[in-house]
Amino acid sequence: MEFDLWAQLPSVLPEIGLTALAILVLFADIYGSPAARRNVVFISAVGMALLALVPLIWLPDPKLFENGALLWGGMVNYDPLSQIFKVMLLLAGAVTCLMAAGDKGVGDKGEFYLIVIVATLGGLMMSSASDLILVFVALETLSIPLYMLASFRRGDARSAESGMKYFLYGAFASAIMLFGFSLLYGFTGTTGLSGIADAINSSVGDSVVAVMTALVMVVVGFGFKISAVPFHFWTPDVYEGAPTPVTAFVSVSSKAASFVLLVRFLTAAFPVDLVIGGVIIQDFWVNLLIVISIVSMTLGNVVALRQSNIKRLLAYSSIAQAGYTLIGVAALQGANDSLAVASVSFYMFMYIFTNLLVFGGVILFIAATDSEEISDMAGLNRRSPWLALFITIGLLSLGGIPPAAGFFGKFLLFQAAVNSNLVGLALIAVTNAIIALYYYLVVIKVMYVDSGPDDDVPIAIPRSYAWSLGITALVVILLGTIAVTPVYDWAALGALGL
Amino acid sequence: MEATGFSVLTAIIFIPIIAGVVILFLDRKNRDLVRGVGVTAAAAVLALSLAVYFGYDNFVKADGGLIESQQALLDSGAELSGAQMFADALAFEQRVVWVESLGIAYHVGVDGVSAPMVLLTGMVAVAGVLISWNIEDRLREFMAFFMFLVAGVYGVFIAVDLFMLFFFYELAIFPMYLLIAGWGWVKLREYAAMKLTLYILVGSVFALVGAVAMYFAAGAYFTGSGADVFEAAVASGILPADSGAYSWSIVQLTLAAENGAFAIEILGIDGLNFERFWFPFMFMGFGVLAGVFPFHNWSPDGHVAAPTAVSMIHAGVLMKVGAFAALRSGMQLLPDGADTHLPWIVFLTLINVVYGALIAFRQRDFKYVIGFSSVSHMGLVSMGWATMNLTGMTGAGIQMFSHGAMTALFFGVVGMVYDRSHTRDIPSLGGFIKVMPWVGVAFVIGGLTSMGMPGLSGFIAEFPIFQGMWAASEQITLQLGAFQLSNYYSVIVIIAALGIVITAAYVLRVAGQVFFGEFDAARYHDVGNIEMTDRIVLIILGSPLIILGLYPPIMAPMIESGIRPLIALLGGG
Repeated sequence: MEFDLWAQLPSVLPEIGLTALAILVLFADIYGSPAARRNVVFISAVGMALLALVPLIWLPDPKLFENGALLWGGMVNYDPLSQIFKVMLLLAGAVTCLMAAGDKGVGDKGEFYLIVIVATLGGLMMSSASDLILVFVALETLSIPLYMLASFRRGDARSAESGMKYFLYGAFASAIMLFGFSLLYGFTGTTGLSGIADAINSSVGDSVVAVMTALVMVVVGFGFKISAVPFHFWTPDVYEGAPTPVTAFVSVSSKAASFVLLVRFLTAAFPVDLVIGGVIIQDFWVNLLIVISIVSMTLGNVVALRQSNIKRLLAYSSIAQAGYTLIGVAALQGANDSLAVASVSFYMFMYIFTNLLVFGGVILFIAATDSEEISDMAGLNRRSPWLALFITIGLLSLGGIPPAAGFFGKFLLFQAAVNSNLVGLALIAVTNAIIALYYYLVVIKVMYVDSGPDDDVPIAIPRSYAWSLGITALVVILLGTIAVTPVYDWAALGALGL
Repeated sequence: MEATGFSVLTAIIFIPIIAGVVILFLDRKNRDLVRGVGVTAAAAVLALSLAVYFGYDNFVKADGGLIESQQALLDSGAELSGAQMFADALAFEQRVVWVESLGIAYHVGVDGVSAPMVLLTGMVAVAGVLISWNIEDRLREFMAFFMFLVAGVYGVFIAVDLFMLFFFYELAIFPMYLLIAGWGWVKLREYAAMKLTLYILVGSVFALVGAVAMYFAAGAYFTGSGADVFEAAVASGILPADSGAYSWSIVQLTLAAENGAFAIEILGIDGLNFERFWFPFMFMGFGVLAGVFPFHNWSPDGHVAAPTAVSMIHAGVLMKVGAFAALRSGMQLLPDGADTHLPWIVFLTLINVVYGALIAFRQRDFKYVIGFSSVSHMGLVSMGWATMNLTGMTGAGIQMFSHGAMTALFFGVVGMVYDRSHTRDIPSLGGFIKVMPWVGVAFVIGGLTSMGMPGLSGFIAEFPIFQGMWAASEQITLQLGAFQLSNYYSVIVIIAALGIVITAAYVLRVAGQVFFGEFDAARYHDVGNIEMTDRIVLIILGSPLIILGLYPPIMAPMIESGIRPLIALLGGG
C-alpha cells in the first residue's frame, strides 16, 4: 500500500495533539506568568477534553479496518475499538486534572499535569498498537509516569513507599512480559501481532509448551497492570499510599488501556483457528482467564469486606472489578465475539467514570476530615448531602444497581458469558456481586445512618469539584439509562476490527 | 388494545422519579414544600392509577370487551395461544425501543393481574406520604427516596419487557435499604436492612442469569427452527413490526415458551430440560421477595425495623412485586417447569401459611405479629399460583390486592399506636379504642379481613384459593416414584384452612389486649386521637377491603381475564 500521509494522519492525531499539549503545559509552567501557571490545570483538562472529540470526528474507514489493514508500517490499528478507548482515556485524564486541582502538594505543581498527559499518551498508543515493539514502548510510556505520580508527594513517606513498590513490582512484571515477547519473536521471527499467529501455524510445529510459556508470561504482565489475582499484591499499598487523585488515575487509565491491549493481543496473536499439535490455544487462554477471573473476583470481594480504610477498600474493589471484566475477555471464545468485546468496552467506559466519581468524592472527604477511615465518613449526608449522594451514586454503580451505569455493565458481561456457554462463570459472578454490594452498602450506611462528632460542620464543595463530580455523576446515570444505546452500539463496532 | 403513542403508565412511573429529584433540590428547612411536593406527586399518581384501573375495567367488561372475546375464543374450541391471549389482554401499552441491538425496549402495559396492583401501589404511596408527615429527621431525603421506591415498584408491575422488569426491580432495592437503615427502628435497622437487601438481591440476580439464558434460547429458536412462527407473529401483529428475533419482550418470550423453544436438553441428564432447570431459579428467586418458605426469614425483621411508611409499602406492595414477578417470569415463561416443580413447592407454601400464623400467635411485639401474619398470608398467594387453575389463581390475584391493602392498614395502625404510646409490647397496651376509636375500628376491619370473614375482601380471596387447591388434585398427575403428590392436595386444603383458625386466634388476642380491656390512663395520659392525615390513611386503605368484599365483580372478572392466558399456557382447565 502506498503511503498516504493524509489518510494515515487521523489515526495518530490525538497522540500528536497530546504531545503538543504536553509541550505547551511544560512551557506554560516554566516560563509562564503566575496567572498562566494557575491556568495550567484548565489548559490540560480542556485540551484533553477537546482532543477526545478528535476520534469522534475522524472516524476510521470501515473498508480498512474490516480487512485488518494496519497503518504506519503495520504498527497502528485504526478501528472503532481503539477509538472508543482513546476517547475514554482522554476523558479520564481530563477529569483527573480537574480533580487534582485542589489537592495541596499535588495539584499546585505544574509538572503533575505534564506527567498525566504523558501517561495518557502512553495509554492512547496502547489502545491502537499492533506490534510488539510499539506495545512495549506504549506500556512503558504509560507505566513510568505512573510510578512518578505515585511518589509525587515527595515529603510523605507513604507516597514514596507507594511509588517504590509500584516501580519494583511494575519493572518486574514488565521484564517478564518482555521475556514473553522475545520468546514469541524468537519462534516466529515477526513482531506484528497478526503475523504471529500465521507464523506459528506454519512454522512452530508441535512445540506447544514453548508457545504457552510465552503466552503465560505475557498474561502475567497484563495481570499486573489490571491488578488481577495473583499479581495484585501491589494494589492495596499503592492505592493507599499514593496521592488520591493519582490513585483515581491509576485505577482507571492503566486498567482500561491494558484491557484493550489484552483483548487485541489475545484475539490477534492467538485466534480461534490456532491449533498446535492438536491443542487449541484459545481453549487454553480462555480457561486460564476464567480461573484468574474467578480468583480475582472472589479474593477481591472477600478481602474488601474486612477493610476499614476507604482507599484500601476501593483497591480490593478494583481487583474484583478486574475479575468481572475478565469475564468479558474469557467470553471472547468462538467466532461471535461482538457481545464480548462490546461488554468489555462498555464496562471499562462506565468503570472509568464510576471510579473517578467515587475517588473524586473521597478526595473531598479526605480533604475535609484529614482521615481515610470509613468510620470517619459518619454523618457525611448531614454535612454535605450532595457529596454523600455523589459517592453513593458511584458506589451503587460499582455494585451494579440501576439506574447507575454499573447495572448495564454487569448485565452485558453476564450476557456475554451466557452467550459463550459460561453459565457457571456467570453464576459465580452474580454471587460475587452480592458480596460486593454488602461492603458498598456498609459505606453508604455509614454516610447516611451513623452520626459522627462533627455532624453540624458542613463540608463545602469547591467549584471545580462541583463541576467535575456533577458531570461524572450525570454521565454515570446517563450511561445506565438513555445513553446505553449509542455507547453500546459504538462498543459493539469494536469487534469488527479484530 | 392497540399500542398508543403515549401511555398514562409512563406518567405514573416518571411523576415519582421527577418529584424525587425535585425534592432533593429543595431547601431542607422548607418542610412544608417538601411535604407538599411529595403529597401532590403521590396524589397525582393515585388519581392516574384509578384512571388506569377503571379504564381497564371498562376495557374488560365493555360490550365486545376482553371477557366476551375470551369467552368467544373458548367457545370456539380452537387451540388456545397463551401468547396471543396475553398480547390481547394488554392495555395502555407504550413501547419505545431502548437498546435496539440487544432487543431491549421500554415497553409498558397492564393486564388483569397488574391493573389491581397499580391501584394498590397508588393507594399505599399516598398513605405512605401522609403517615410520614411528621418525620423529624431529614424529611427531604426520606421523601425523595420514598418516591424512587414507588417508581421502582410501579415499573415492575407495568413492565412488558423482561429486562425492564429486572431494571425496576433492582431500582427499588437501594432506596428501600436506605429508608430502613436510615429511618427505621434503631435497635434492629442496620441488621434487618442489610439482611433484607441481600436476600432479595440473591434471588433476583440468579433469576437474571436465568432470564439471560432464556433470551438466548428464544433468540436461537426464532432464528432457527421457529423462524416461521416469528414471521407469523409479526405478520399477525402479536409482535411489533420492528422486533428482532432476540428480544426481551415478555410477549415474545411467552411465544417462544409456548412453541417449545425452552424444551431443550441440557447437561445431558435425562428428564432435565432447560425449563425444569431454570424454573426454580426464576420462581424461587422472586419468591424470596414474596416470602416463600424457607426464604421468608428476612421479612418479619425487615417489616419491624422499617419506618411505618416503608413497612406499609414493603409488606403491602413489595411482597406482591415478588409474587407478581414469580408469576410473570417464572410460570408464564417456563410453564413446563411450573408443571414439574409447583406440586412440591405447594408444600412449602403450606408451611408458610401454618408456620407463619403459629409464630405470629407467639409474639409479644405488636409489629412482629403483623410481620409474621404477612408471611402467612403471602403463603396463600403462592399456594394460589401453585393450583395452576383458574379458580385458585384468581383467588391468589385477589389476595394480592386484599392483603396489600390490609397489611398496609395494619402497619399504619401499629405505627399510629406506637407513635403515641412509644411501646409495641402487647401486654402493656390496652383499651386504646377509648382514645383512638378510628384506629381501633380500622384494626378490627383489617383483622376480620385477615381471618376471611365473609363480606370483606379476605373471604373473596381465600375461599377460591382453597376451592382451586381442592380441584387441583384431579388435574395434576405428577408422580414422585409411586408417590402421587396431588393426592395430598385435599389434606393441604384442610390444614391451610385450620391456619385461618390460628389467624383468628392471634387477631382476636391482639385486638382484645391492645384495643379493649383496661386503659392505663396514668401511663398513657398524653395519648390522644389521631390527626386528619392519619384518618385519610385509614380511609384509603380500609374502604377497599369493604367495597371489594361486598361487591367482588369490581375486581374478580378483571383478574380472571388476566389469569386465562396463563391457564392456556399451563395447559390446565
